[in-house]
Amino acid sequence: MDFLMNPLNLMTFFPLVGVAIILLIPRERKDAIRWTAVITSLVSFFVSLQMLMAFHAQNPGFQMVYDKVWMKTGGFEIHYALGVDGLSILLVLLTTLLTPISIFSAWTAIEDRVKEFAIAFLVMEVGMLGVFLALDLFTFFVFWEFSLVPMYFIIGIWGGPRRTYSAIKFMLYTMVGSVLMLVAILWLGLSQGTFSLPELLAKGSVPAHLQTWLFWAFALAFAIKVPMWPLHSWLPDAHVEAPTAGSVILAGVLLKMGTYGFLRFNLSLFPEASVRFAVPIAVLAIIGIIYGAMVAYAQKDFKKLVAYTSVSHLGFVMLGLFALNARGIAGGILQMINHGISTGALFLIVGIIYERTHTRDLSAFGGLWKIMPIYGAFSIIVALSSMGLPGMNGFIGEFTILMGAFESPVLGPAFAISAALGIVLAAVYILVMLQKVFLGPVKEKNLSLKDLNWREITVMAVLTVFIFWIGLHPAPFFNLMMPAVEKMAGGLQAAVLAMH
Amino acid sequence: MFFSEVTNQAGTFFYLAPWAVFFPVIGLLFNMAFGRKIGEKGVAMVAVAASTLSFVVAVLLWLSLRAQPEGTVIPLASWMTVVDVSWAFRVDTLAVTMMLVVGGVGSLIHLYAAGYMHYDVRYKGDPGRYGRFFVFMNLFIASMMLLVSGNSYLMLFVGWEGVGLCSYLLIGFWFEYDTKGNLSTENAKAGKKAFVANRIGDFGFMAAMFYMFTVFGTLNFDKVFAEVPAVASANPHALLIITLLLLLGVTGKSAQIPLYVWLPDAMAGPTPVSALIHAATMVTAGVYLVARSHVLYDAVPAAQHAVALVGALTALFAATIAVGQYDIKKVLAYSTISQLGFMVAAVGVGAYVAAMFHLIAHAFFKALLFLAAGSVIIALERAHHPLPEDGGAEGEHHGNDPEGFDPQDMRFMGGLRKVIPVTFWTYLIGGLALAGIPPLVAFFSKDEIIAEAKSADALVYWLLVTAAFLTAFYIGRQIFMVFFGEARSHAAEHAKESPWPMTSVLVTLAALSVAGGLLNWPRPYLAEWLGHTLGEVEAAGLNPVVAGTSATIAVVSLLLAWWLYGKRPLESAGQPDPLKRPLGWVFTGMEAKWWVDELYWAVVLNPYVALSRIAAAFDVRVIDETVNDTAWLTDFVGGKIARWQTGFVRNYALSVFVGVLLIFTYLLWR
Repeated sequence: MDFLMNPLNLMTFFPLVGVAIILLIPRERKDAIRWTAVITSLVSFFVSLQMLMAFHAQNPGFQMVYDKVWMKTGGFEIHYALGVDGLSILLVLLTTLLTPISIFSAWTAIEDRVKEFAIAFLVMEVGMLGVFLALDLFTFFVFWEFSLVPMYFIIGIWGGPRRTYSAIKFMLYTMVGSVLMLVAILWLGLSQGTFSLPELLAKGSVPAHLQTWLFWAFALAFAIKVPMWPLHSWLPDAHVEAPTAGSVILAGVLLKMGTYGFLRFNLSLFPEASVRFAVPIAVLAIIGIIYGAMVAYAQKDFKKLVAYTSVSHLGFVMLGLFALNARGIAGGILQMINHGISTGALFLIVGIIYERTHTRDLSAFGGLWKIMPIYGAFSIIVALSSMGLPGMNGFIGEFTILMGAFESPVLGPAFAISAALGIVLAAVYILVMLQKVFLGPVKEKNLSLKDLNWREITVMAVLTVFIFWIGLHPAPFFNLMMPAVEKMAGGLQAAVLAMH
Repeated sequence: MFFSEVTNQAGTFFYLAPWAVFFPVIGLLFNMAFGRKIGEKGVAMVAVAASTLSFVVAVLLWLSLRAQPEGTVIPLASWMTVVDVSWAFRVDTLAVTMMLVVGGVGSLIHLYAAGYMHYDVRYKGDPGRYGRFFVFMNLFIASMMLLVSGNSYLMLFVGWEGVGLCSYLLIGFWFEYDTKGNLSTENAKAGKKAFVANRIGDFGFMAAMFYMFTVFGTLNFDKVFAEVPAVASANPHALLIITLLLLLGVTGKSAQIPLYVWLPDAMAGPTPVSALIHAATMVTAGVYLVARSHVLYDAVPAAQHAVALVGALTALFAATIAVGQYDIKKVLAYSTISQLGFMVAAVGVGAYVAAMFHLIAHAFFKALLFLAAGSVIIALERAHHPLPEDGGAEGEHHGNDPEGFDPQDMRFMGGLRKVIPVTFWTYLIGGLALAGIPPLVAFFSKDEIIAEAKSADALVYWLLVTAAFLTAFYIGRQIFMVFFGEARSHAAEHAKESPWPMTSVLVTLAALSVAGGLLNWPRPYLAEWLGHTLGEVEAAGLNPVVAGTSATIAVVSLLLAWWLYGKRPLESAGQPDPLKRPLGWVFTGMEAKWWVDELYWAVVLNPYVALSRIAAAFDVRVIDETVNDTAWLTDFVGGKIARWQTGFVRNYALSVFVGVLLIFTYLLWR
């Protein structure tokens, strides 16, 4: 009972209760299964709100920590340890918000094997929450791998025509990174004598020669997940084949596991190496921003276009994190949330039209705003938020990141200015997308398309509220993370000063 | 609630400032929610009321400022805490002047649009879109009010991009058509072009803010301006960079060289949009930005010089193009670019009051010209294919009109002064004001600019004087082609005068164009008023030599236009322009807009498209192929090695034997 008294445990494992119930429901009763899945994930969402209430924003450290010895081997203790701090709390909330939304959005899109689908999503939520909450390297690794499997099935079973290829590619590519990370975790834990994250942080710096190796081992695993250029080529395939709900979670949460990993491990544990390698990482981030925007512009498939925008947007997140100052990191964290909301919504938009027309070919659309005015209005709002229009969420994140990069002692104006070009290019691909899909004359075969139903409106409305909330009043979001971010930035600042 | 507070707080209405933004926002939310239920009249009333209330707020602020001209800052809520910027409204004479123009002209245009859009939505076959139009218009008023009343560069930027968004949405309002009403993506593309060009400018604006924050540690106006002297002596380079980057933003929003190309295409929007956004208000935001940042620019003469030169070159360049256009709105569009050039040149030579004076004057007469042009277009449309309410049958077209009839092409007009007299007289007043004929408003405002340019910079002065000559010529050409001579189409012959909401607005704006000069002459009221914000400004007054010269230039130029287009009017729509023969390739260049669009396609856009395609191919053929090849290689090697696992003990024994042999050899050789 003690275990479940902790909101973090309750929130993380409650979806398994839903899994148990769903196992008992006959597979023909699809709506009962769907409702169970949605309600279970909503319970997790409410528990996460409870966590938010209990969270002390002024405290930069880990809170609500639950720590038990899991196994002992050869003098080493491996713990099961969860805890939340300013760096992770927003990502936790994003996960608990997006999971019910994506299950809800798949209501009519998934008719085949609904039971397994619901179970896969709930199991995945356990994995994702565990990744963001883990305070022990092994706990982290277990959850990291745990979240991989359901997504493999979601792509592989409910995906498009090339689902097997894409699912295997997704799995193998991520596994390559995981293996390196496992080696790094062992190496780090054995050399430092502990696998506990708080203890490692308290111990202070890892020796410099070791930092370089460990930095890159972790970095490679996370860079594949982000994905950073040039390790991104699994992403368009996975997105295009995944069902809509899968894409929403993939873009919304799974990619953030990569950027979160950089934040939690690379920047926290290896500050000297982070300072030393900030420039190469930032260069890759900027290549990703520009390259992602250009390739997105050249796409003919609606979903692929959105997939490549992720490469561009995640480049901004990485640039912010490796600005290594408070503004850059805070902007990076907020932009993770923004990307989850806006790109998640963009994938829903693609899914909505795909469900109606069974095509994603950009040239098959045009003038949809006329036929589906509500759909058009939501889509334009989401698209504008994605291109960073002030007053909406994306601008707040991008501006803060660029400001951070500009004044960063390791990066500087040249980086910020070249990344800012990405904002111009974002306008190009977003406006071209809007024009091809929503503006221009209507095609004859699209004349009878139905506008959004109440379920779709609900989902889009929820995300739209966040788009404007963060855009107009981001202070509550920044307040949650700032003490933890400033603490981390302080450590990095010291490393910068020591290096120069 | 707050109205009771008004009576309590004797004299100051400053705290009402945010309501200039709130009223239009309430209006647009109301129309979004209930637009379909309350019908066309209801929508129009709500939208006009919202805009008018916003204007009333501006008037109340003006009254309060008369008592306390130093103004104040009204904080509203926290916002970007990470860069120490909050939602705060700045009430001073410069901001309120802009608010009065935006609210006043904006409300008049809302009223006009209530009538205009009634026809427009019916000609385009989608009456349901009437409500959406006013939602966007109110959004525009809200954004523009935010732009001019923000207390920091960042808040200004929110309005700055907000008006850009409204411009995009309204240019592409008829997104399924082109300007002639054929199914096409042309209008949508025009909107996109405007937004992208603006974004390039906004890139400059954003970069300027990054530099500014790094150098000044703040983006709030007061703090930045207070630090300028210290920074100017310590780091003059930074100031130059900041001001030049802001100039890039100005060239985007205010349609100056090199980013002006979006504005002519923006005429795809309904005519009230062209009048409000693309003539009277939004495009002047760049002029406002420089005036607002005058402390920065005054500290960097090199940047000032750049601003003045960009403005003057644009003024002349755009005027030459205006001479060669046939579309009634395109002429006005290039005229707007040219007049904005005058204003930008003025702020560049430090003549901030003259620039603001001309900004106000231009808001009056150019809004008038656009709205009157809209009245002409609707008049021709109504005669070309009458609506049922005008006694026409469904879908009826007048085949009597010449081949390729276009209600915006001046070659199909002629003689309109007889059939639509109110439109004609008001157009004439607007046109003469633009030409700078005394005592109309632009005579005073333009003269002030030219006089100040004369004492500042000879090159700028001569560019502007030449531009002024062309200005009078192209507007004379337009008036003679449209209203004089004989009708060159059936539609022009049977045109109908527009209804009262439209004509009353035309008359009001005409009156303002006549009397507007009083703002700064004979008493320099505007100079004194703006002086509270812009610092001590010496009243330029009327320079008799400059005034006499430029009035003479205007008259001579108009006479030339009369000689070419009035004395011997065009006889048919197909007749070539009388300037074509004497000017030769020069006129062809003017007609073709000097091929700048084509140049941009060749130099920037096509290469970008090609590069994107190459990147996309590279992504599949190189990056992804490498990944797949690695997987293939692993598979291949694995497959080869797997063959060694034959399952025969003799093979394993052999390999064990070879292994042992190798180890022994190694040990022996060591």
